[in-house]
Amino acid sequence: MGKENRKALFILIICLGIFPFFIRSDYYLSIMIFVGINAIIVMGLSLLMGYAGQISLGHAAFFGIGAYCSGVLTVKLGFSIFTAFFCGIFLSIVMAMTIAIPTLKLKGHYLAVATLGFGEIIYVIFNELLEITGGPSGLSGIPSIHFFGYAFKGGWRYFYLVWTVAILLLIFSLNIIHSRIGRALRAVHGSEVAAQAMGVNVSQLKIQVFVLSAIYASVAGTLYAHFVTFISPSTFSLFVSILLLMMVVIGGGGSIWGALLGAGILTILPESLRAFRDFDILVYGVILMTILLFMPEGIFKGLILSVIWMRKKW
Amino acid sequence: MKKSWIAFLTMVLCIVLISPGWAAYNIGFVASITGPASWLGEPEKNTALMLQEWINSAGGIRGVPIEIVIEDSKGMEADAVLTTKKLIERDNVLVVIGSSTTGESMAMVPICEQAGTPMISMAAALSIVTPEDEMKRMEASKTPWLEVPKKPRYWIFKVAPSDASSVEKIYIYCQAKKIKRVAIITVSAGYGVEGRRQLKRLAPKYGIEIVADELYGPKDTDMTAQLTKIKASPAQAVINWSVGPTQVIVTKNWNDLGMRGKIPLIQSHGFGSKGNIKLAGEAAEGVITPLGRVLYAEKVDPKNPQKPVVMKYKTEYEKRFKSDVSTFGGHAYDAIMMVADALKAVGPDKKGIRDYLETKIRNWPGTGGMYNMSPTDHTGFGADGFEMIEVVHGEWEFAK
Amino acid sequence: MSLFSEILQFVFTGLTIGSIYSMVGLGFNIIYNATTIINLAQGEFVMFGGLIMVFLTVVLKFPLFIGFPLTVMVVTAIGALFERFAIHPLRNASLLTLIIVTIAASILFRGIAMFIWGKDPYTLPPFTPGGPVMIGGAVIMLQTFWVLGTTLAIVVLTTLFFGKTIVGKAMSACSFNPMAASLMGIHVRKMILISFALSAGLGAIAGIVITPISLMDYDRGPMLAVKGFCAAVLGGLGVGYGAVLGGFIVGILESLTAGLVHSGFKDAVALMILLFILCFKPSGIFGSEEVSKIKKF
Repeated sequence: MGKENRKALFILIICLGIFPFFIRSDYYLSIMIFVGINAIIVMGLSLLMGYAGQISLGHAAFFGIGAYCSGVLTVKLGFSIFTAFFCGIFLSIVMAMTIAIPTLKLKGHYLAVATLGFGEIIYVIFNELLEITGGPSGLSGIPSIHFFGYAFKGGWRYFYLVWTVAILLLIFSLNIIHSRIGRALRAVHGSEVAAQAMGVNVSQLKIQVFVLSAIYASVAGTLYAHFVTFISPSTFSLFVSILLLMMVVIGGGGSIWGALLGAGILTILPESLRAFRDFDILVYGVILMTILLFMPEGIFKGLILSVIWMRKKW
Repeated sequence: MKKSWIAFLTMVLCIVLISPGWAAYNIGFVASITGPASWLGEPEKNTALMLQEWINSAGGIRGVPIEIVIEDSKGMEADAVLTTKKLIERDNVLVVIGSSTTGESMAMVPICEQAGTPMISMAAALSIVTPEDEMKRMEASKTPWLEVPKKPRYWIFKVAPSDASSVEKIYIYCQAKKIKRVAIITVSAGYGVEGRRQLKRLAPKYGIEIVADELYGPKDTDMTAQLTKIKASPAQAVINWSVGPTQVIVTKNWNDLGMRGKIPLIQSHGFGSKGNIKLAGEAAEGVITPLGRVLYAEKVDPKNPQKPVVMKYKTEYEKRFKSDVSTFGGHAYDAIMMVADALKAVGPDKKGIRDYLETKIRNWPGTGGMYNMSPTDHTGFGADGFEMIEVVHGEWEFAK
Repeated sequence: MSLFSEILQFVFTGLTIGSIYSMVGLGFNIIYNATTIINLAQGEFVMFGGLIMVFLTVVLKFPLFIGFPLTVMVVTAIGALFERFAIHPLRNASLLTLIIVTIAASILFRGIAMFIWGKDPYTLPPFTPGGPVMIGGAVIMLQTFWVLGTTLAIVVLTTLFFGKTIVGKAMSACSFNPMAASLMGIHVRKMILISFALSAGLGAIAGIVITPISLMDYDRGPMLAVKGFCAAVLGGLGVGYGAVLGGFIVGILESLTAGLVHSGFKDAVALMILLFILCFKPSGIFGSEEVSKIKKF
């Protein structure tokens, strides 16, 4: 995995581990839970975009599929949470393959448009299937997760649950990146033609990464549904897909750590801007533009560059 | 020089961060001030600001000022959840009022229930105050249109009339006008979906047949396609259920298609704002809608106990905010004033406030109607909160 | 009302909204041609066009023939400033970053609009007063004729611009190969600036003509951007008249779906048509295979 990554991982685990001991407020823990959930989706997206170089404009749909599968199956059909969770993943895999296989054979913007279309269609389905999803009024009463009688009802328990999953996926992602597959992905990003010439099965690899990123999003969806206990289609709209995209780019598209950073910043920023009341959209827009103008490679690279620059000066 | 600046700023920062709220009664207030439901949240927020001033300039409650901590849920459940948690934990509020929409309120319910904090929602749906199993029992009954909930959620109340009441008022009017076949056209967003559900559920109770059932999206800019189908149907009236600009667009399209006089247009109670009449222009003439008394306060019968309440609210709101009053702001008024009464009686005691709301709000005149809360009813009032109003020469008049 | 009249009604509605999608799509194409950027703030130019016109004619009471060009000029300036301050400094950044910048700009524009105009919708009086006209049993508003006429005029003018004027031809040259164009003495930077300004102006015109029919509020932009993008890709990204055809196809099919099938699916229709066509002709109806392979996006 690399020494640097191992060190960073260790520090992250320690920080997250002791966080609930210092911050007992349910409010702050809830914010961090949302950061964790977003981080999971964004890690998957980052593998797709940063390493395989593909754009998805509809990832909120996979997030939603995970959430609604969990929600509907547990509320309406009384499935156990585990079963519902795996159903969500299964459905996401199927949907992801349905989109990816025809479009990833082509080059260019087709995946982007296909995912845009997919996202919208899924959103409409969530809205229209009133009997199943509750339509725009949403689905409520989703049960909290419990293992053998121990309930994860929110607060620090859910915090540990979400971040355990997030860290496990982080380790998994880092392992992929530093494996043969990761190198193949970067080759594809650099030049598909060259990678193909070197014997990489480009199409298959792209499909696999896309499906993997869909699975990440679906996992996050399940975690979201059982946390908020209420879901509605507006949480899974195009706007959210674009927000996820921004998290990847602003954090730093080329790295998993950047993804984590992006998820953290873009989840916490709107909360901290609450004090601005009506101006918060304006301030939000200004901050985003400023970040992009000064650190076009994303904050992660921007920070690294600043650190290098500072080291040079002193 | 620089160091002392830093010290000064740090001190200021510390004071700001650490300073305890001066002793005040903290009331939490969550509304969709920005986002897709801002038509609801904006007047609600304004009302909260206005009432806080009224109450505090009159010396507060029992000599203690109130602080209404206003948070914006942006119309999203995740934000509603976070703001509610923040209000309960960091601001130590005694009561949470909010949010403006059903979806957000539903997300807030478990949090308030867990924290043992009374919650008064400004949203319409019955499911906010009614637990799941009770809703299922009502839906499973052989005559769902006759069912009423009997066991509300312990900590949760609501002040906005449910869509069922508004629909009933409309259907009673239709019965009186011998209208048996209606077309409905609704927006496929929360408000419209609820309205549509109630329209369909209650139609059999009044012997009404729905001959056309059209939908449109909240951001749509043209509904002539749907209205054309309705024009071609045997409908005797068309009922529109939406909020925001789509109400105006439907009115204009209805007018342009020449449906006035042949198929009268009945709007939901969401139409209640002079701004809508201005935007629709002449197209709004003859449109009928059930409205809460606060909108036509001057015309309300002086013998009606709501009259002084709605007159004062309307005149003061319009004077201060230079914009038309709305029933949504009225929900905020009712919620806050109920809490004020509770605080006056029992002081800063969450359970005491809850009990007061449930038992002492009887024949209580609010902007929405005459409230009668009870252990079996946390909604307070029904169709009597509305009157059927017709737009005549750009003004609200009682429909004949 | 006969089925024929009903369908005709849906077609009229579709033409109206389709014109707007066409103009937004044209705007996308112009910027894409010069820079390969997909400007997702395109919808906001439409929004500004409508709202600024409202300000000039309703608040300041300027007459139509002064308000119209003034509004277009203001929004064109906004587009130019946007390019200067947000796009140009990032010219070496990745394409994805630039697209994200347009998204951030769209958020910023919406924040500004909400600050100035609030969340309420606004309307404009129709350009010519008078009730709707009956054609074949279907109703068509007078303003619709203005919308269609304006779109036609725009299409003709842009075709002439890109085909016949030096500046237009220079811009087309940039789209094929900026390096070669610059070697030929074309000031690429200026072309990019003009492309943004021009797109902004087009968006503004669309906003002005549609507001009397469907009102305008601060949040109208994103939906228009998505549909306009579909129109542009459908017709072949980069091909001017393709966007126009794409816009009308999307508009009419949307309206027919809402009328004849189920109104809930309206918003997804644009994207479904797009996916369908892309399956058969990936570069869009008028797009050319070779060109789309060369372009980065």
